[in-house]
Amino acid sequence: MAASETATLAALVGDNEKQIVPEWLELQKRAGTLQTGRITEAELSSQSTEFLHLLRAGLLTGGVEVKGAAYTPARDFLGTLSRSRALQGFSPTETATFVFSLKQPLFNTLNRDKSISPADLAKVTWTITILIDELGLFTFETFSKSREEVILRQQREITELSTPVVKLWEGVLALPIIGTLDSERTQVVMENLLQHIVDDGAEIAIIDITGVPTVDTLTAQHLLKTVSAARLMGADCIISGIRPQIAQTIVHLGVDLNVVSKASLADAFAVALRRTNRTVAKIKTAKPDESKAKSAANKGGD
Amino acid sequence: MDRIPILKLGNALLVTIQVDMHDRLATALEEDLTSKIVAFGAKGVLIDISALEIVDSFIGRMLDNIAAVSRILDADTVVVGMRPAVAITLVELGLSLSGVKTALNVERGMALIQSRLEEFDADDED
Amino acid sequence: MPTTRTDRLDIRSSDDVVKVRQQTRTMAVAAGLSLVDQTKIITAASELARNTLDYGGGGEVHMEVLEDGGRRGVRMVFEDRGPGIANIEQAMRDGFTSGSGLGLGLGGAKRLSNEFKIESTPGSGTKITIGRWKA
Repeated sequence: MAASETATLAALVGDNEKQIVPEWLELQKRAGTLQTGRITEAELSSQSTEFLHLLRAGLLTGGVEVKGAAYTPARDFLGTLSRSRALQGFSPTETATFVFSLKQPLFNTLNRDKSISPADLAKVTWTITILIDELGLFTFETFSKSREEVILRQQREITELSTPVVKLWEGVLALPIIGTLDSERTQVVMENLLQHIVDDGAEIAIIDITGVPTVDTLTAQHLLKTVSAARLMGADCIISGIRPQIAQTIVHLGVDLNVVSKASLADAFAVALRRTNRTVAKIKTAKPDESKAKSAANKGGD
Repeated sequence: MDRIPILKLGNALLVTIQVDMHDRLATALEEDLTSKIVAFGAKGVLIDISALEIVDSFIGRMLDNIAAVSRILDADTVVVGMRPAVAITLVELGLSLSGVKTALNVERGMALIQSRLEEFDADDED
Repeated sequence: MPTTRTDRLDIRSSDDVVKVRQQTRTMAVAAGLSLVDQTKIITAASELARNTLDYGGGGEVHMEVLEDGGRRGVRMVFEDRGPGIANIEQAMRDGFTSGSGLGLGLGGAKRLSNEFKIESTPGSGTKITIGRWKA
């Protein structure tokens, strides 16, 4: 791409800003950018103007090398715009429209300029097309990446939520694990459990694996890690909810669980109570009035 | 040279590690503890590591050593106050500290030492 | 890969090992690592610094805070001109130690890092690279 086309375009953009921006805004409005009210016209106008300046700056020194240093400010701007649009809930198309809808106004401005020869007209038109397409694609890419980041964050939140730590009683925590226990999840589980041990002053943590479908060597290792970590914090673990098949798998794998295990959470809780010197007792006496009335009515026996 | 202070707490000794220890300090601590266990007839050693942000295999080895020596001198060693991030890292590192008992804090650690002493007393009475 | 901060430290004494830990912390915080991730990389650095001192006859570490696209992290390179490691596979195994250590240094450092590379030739020294990224 010869320097003259980009120089012509740069001059065109610089001289005709006052016509380009309103035309461009109009197209964006028609595409529905302002409809949802997520962004005001004033904001859109200032974004459009700023981008136009950055575009011109890129054209002046960087030709159409969109990936080059001359376009870094423009790319950074688009990156920020695209990320914020992604967070605001705009669709990918709506976001890319910001760039793509600039084509028409640029073509119009070009056609209105009578000082450009027909031969140059074709070349500059081509320059505009290449430039806008590349920048539009860049916007789309950044948008995609932002969406991926949101998904990752949500995944992590789901992981945390799906392994709640429940306080069963003073000093006794329960950790029901639902689903598979991969290494990423184990990290989250451990952090969560240990923090609860500190916050609640727990001495016993019951890890219930009723909801864990299969236990392979890795899962067993992850469980052991969690148990070891809790031990280092002074808390003992009991594993509950081991189904018969899992018990067999563990033995066949040769894994030494080295921790007390109980079939059900209830059994584990009973053990935990005993260890913390507690017991559950039935309340013996009825209310005084009732018992008097009862014994009056039941003279001589039940 | 600085030495880590060792306090007498009932029939146990309390050590609070607050600095990033270098080798000489660790060796000095082991020596000091050994002589004090004998001097006071201490039955327990409480090592408070709640101020430590990092426990590497060097510190791990020091803790194991202290526990081993104390046991020979008839004292229990309890490490207290390990931070969650440190526990997770130790487990990943592969440091089991199996020779060392642990508790959440000094109070629990003391209770642990006393309860084990009571166990032994009860056995003696049989 | 663009770098935002670099540092170089000598490892000649056990006081230097303490400095390596402190500087690694500074870098880890600058890279925005979570507390657990900070603890892991600092512990790994401590293990490797100690190895450099005890087995490598002293050496140095280069560390940098990295930024790659959206990813930030810390990378460290430990180098010494010591005897080198004859059998790397053996050295990486837990429990193996040619000295009085616990033998967890190399394997441990690997488990604590996202990235681990070791190059060593007997007689020429050892170079170990570790990295930890913001999750």
